[in-house]
Amino acid sequence: MSSITQFGNRLYTGETSINFIGRRVIWYLTSLAIILAAVAITVLRGGFAFGIEFRGGSEFQVSNPASTDTSIAERTITSAVGAAAAPKISIVGGKSVRVQTDQLTAEETDALRVSLADAYSVPVDKVTSSFIGASWGSDITSQALRALAIFLVLVSIVMALYFRTWKMSVAAMVAVVHDLVITAAVYGAFGLEVTPAAVIGLLTILGYSLYDTVVVFDKIRENTSVAYDESKRSFAESVNLAVNQTLVRSINTSVVAALPVSSILFIGSILLGAGTLRDIALSLFVGILCGAYSTIFIAAPLYAQLREGESESVKQGRKERTEIVRNASGAVR
Amino acid sequence: MATTSTSSRARRALVWLAVIFAAFGAMIASGVVFDKAGWTPKLALDLEGGTQIILNPQIAVGATVTEEELAQAVGIIRQRVDATGVSEAEVTTQGGTNIVVSIPGTPDQATLDRIRSSAKLEFRPVLITDVSDIVSQVATNVADALAKDPNADLSTLGTPQTPASWAVPAGEPTSFSDLNWVTPEIYQTYLTSSCDALDASGANTADPKKPLTVCADDQSYKYILGPVEVDGTMVSNASANYLAGANGVQTNEWGVYLTFNGPGTTAFADVTARLTTLVGAQNQFAIVLDGKVISAPRTLAAIPDGKPVISGSFTEISSKALADQLKFGALPIGFEVQSSDTVTPTLGVAQLESGLIAGAIGLLLVVVYALFQYRALAIVTISSLATAGVLTYVVITYLSQANGYRLSLAGVAGLIVAIGITADSFIVYFERVRDELREGRSLISAVETGWKRAARTIIVSGAVNLLAAIVLFALAVGNVRGFAFTLGVTTVVDLVIVMLFTHPLLQLLARTRFFSSGHPWSGLDGSALGAVYRGRGEFRVDQSVSSGKRSRVSKEAHKRRSIAERNAAENGGDK
Repeated sequence: MSSITQFGNRLYTGETSINFIGRRVIWYLTSLAIILAAVAITVLRGGFAFGIEFRGGSEFQVSNPASTDTSIAERTITSAVGAAAAPKISIVGGKSVRVQTDQLTAEETDALRVSLADAYSVPVDKVTSSFIGASWGSDITSQALRALAIFLVLVSIVMALYFRTWKMSVAAMVAVVHDLVITAAVYGAFGLEVTPAAVIGLLTILGYSLYDTVVVFDKIRENTSVAYDESKRSFAESVNLAVNQTLVRSINTSVVAALPVSSILFIGSILLGAGTLRDIALSLFVGILCGAYSTIFIAAPLYAQLREGESESVKQGRKERTEIVRNASGAVR
Repeated sequence: MATTSTSSRARRALVWLAVIFAAFGAMIASGVVFDKAGWTPKLALDLEGGTQIILNPQIAVGATVTEEELAQAVGIIRQRVDATGVSEAEVTTQGGTNIVVSIPGTPDQATLDRIRSSAKLEFRPVLITDVSDIVSQVATNVADALAKDPNADLSTLGTPQTPASWAVPAGEPTSFSDLNWVTPEIYQTYLTSSCDALDASGANTADPKKPLTVCADDQSYKYILGPVEVDGTMVSNASANYLAGANGVQTNEWGVYLTFNGPGTTAFADVTARLTTLVGAQNQFAIVLDGKVISAPRTLAAIPDGKPVISGSFTEISSKALADQLKFGALPIGFEVQSSDTVTPTLGVAQLESGLIAGAIGLLLVVVYALFQYRALAIVTISSLATAGVLTYVVITYLSQANGYRLSLAGVAGLIVAIGITADSFIVYFERVRDELREGRSLISAVETGWKRAARTIIVSGAVNLLAAIVLFALAVGNVRGFAFTLGVTTVVDLVIVMLFTHPLLQLLARTRFFSSGHPWSGLDGSALGAVYRGRGEFRVDQSVSSGKRSRVSKEAHKRRSIAERNAAENGGDK
């Protein structure tokens, strides 16, 4: 059997134990350092690189022309709308030419599409054109942000009800926000273009990151709940055991979730160049890795810390009543 | 007894799943037979190729668009698109304010213009008008004169259209043709504003009860117009035809023939009767379309039958387009193009192919990883994923038929991402079962206990994902919605599959010798999992585990038994 299974066995019994909870200061500082560094780099770079959907402008893509010489596009644009359109011309997927310009009117966009088809001697229906008003991207984003805020409020209520403690809810929310911030910061630090597709990916991280956290928290709750705890473990030790016991699960679920995403990322970049697929996958990929990390290194330690101030018996939960139940059931240790 | 009921429960669950499949299959088949729908989901424009135009209402700051206005606009645009002969065009609203027009293929310029223009038609009496160049000249003369002498007599500088006095109007206007509508501010604007500035100032959204300063659509003339007398909503029918000449002979010019409804006819008769009595510019009647004067004919006679003809510099195409627009009604609000996207069919196919390839590779990777981690148990993963895949396909095809859902590239991405998330719930379940095996349970009881605990986790995390999908779908716009939709569908499918397929399948497999004996390749091999306690108080000595480890593990496993097990162990009997 694979060594991961045996590693899992040792983690399960507590024979091997990684001290996630005890070394929490290290993890907190690591995350803080990553965030601060990324924010600093983003600021130095002059903020996020927003895609054309946010700036407004026109985009054209000539599919499979005979020649992908970008100077053809440059000449066409200069003669059609003047140099002021500030065209950005690139080759995507190795065989298509993509042109982005500043804001043109809808009519100019249609006209330029025809000119580009002429210049590259392809039929007009091989040229894709997009005209994007400046308010489009910000419209999407402001609505997405509103959705994000409402979702966070709703889900923290759901989690507080499910786990019957707001502290788990708080810890989970901190982890989610941590993932969102780091993913956004990665975009800023590497100067990756922020497009609506990237925003979609970012929003999906929410669901995924929470999924991971719920799995681990469920085990923590079980380990620290009534009937289970007859050991002499402290609360923090119980939490740590739960994290260790679910470690193999966390690794497996994260790997399995990341595999299809990396496949989209790879195919999207190779075959299509920048576009919806790559942008969604990129932010998701970063987010999934972050989500796995934050559940183990941020959410669980933070939860243990939040409950630190309480007395052992409150944390371990109604111990006395449990004893009575045991006696009544006749179990003798 | 307990075991038979478990396996019959498992079989019942599988039957229910078959019922769900059959129900969706039947609904799709009936759609194919009766509505000529396809066996595949409809594709959105980014996969099929086509044009998507998003229109944003132009409204005054602080004003809002009502739902009725938006619904009315959608209806009118839909009729206009249909009138062009384009089939399968879709007009929908988005985010409560925007209108999205999706047209397959590549529409020509005329079609696009037809959709874009709001066709807001107004008939206003002309108060003052002149050739734009002359008006500019007057403006220059006035400015020069005022520079020399602030008290200069300006009345001599203008054309006959200049109001007699530059002072405040003599009194309140008594009719819509009354020159008292022209205040010094309005006259100032008329003199000094360029036509481009007037267009940009929102003539299209001007108050119908107030006078309006505008230009002709070719900017040759400038006008000050009175309030709206008759508008496009009073037009009951419109058609395009050659204009009749003075002697009744057909000319080469095109015009739009209107028919007003009852109130329109009365209003139009009253106005034309009034205008014929006036002279000069005030005899003219301006026809304003989308904030530009398309023609301002003289009123030669009162028109009591409510059937005027609009002439102007029309071509056959433009007159027909206007007639269609007027017939279907003007849009209640003006719109501007917020984004217009044309995706070629070539790129659409390329995007769909890339999506499918990415999905296939992603699926393959997950299958390989599952085999590596779970050996024969991976068969459960793979068959569950396959079943989930088919169910997702069926549900999406059904929704595409029934609700007009279209699969977009973002939606495809959502489906691929869902492979991982769906497989995750199997992993949570399997690991849970393995935990129970480590505790020393037999496979059959490990599956039952593991399921009870895993189901809770899977349901709550599914609920979280579903909540995310619903909130995003309800509040977000554009691609985000397409993605949220597939995410929601796949989450529900995931829950259904785990409950009605994966779990029953594992229940049944747990009874087979291969799995229950803990075959090394089964993925549920008790010895590899370090299990030492084999249920009902029977401990098995596992030679492969060191004695020191065994004793530690044994202690641990012993400690972890549930109360019921401990009872069973103590009593050493069956229940």
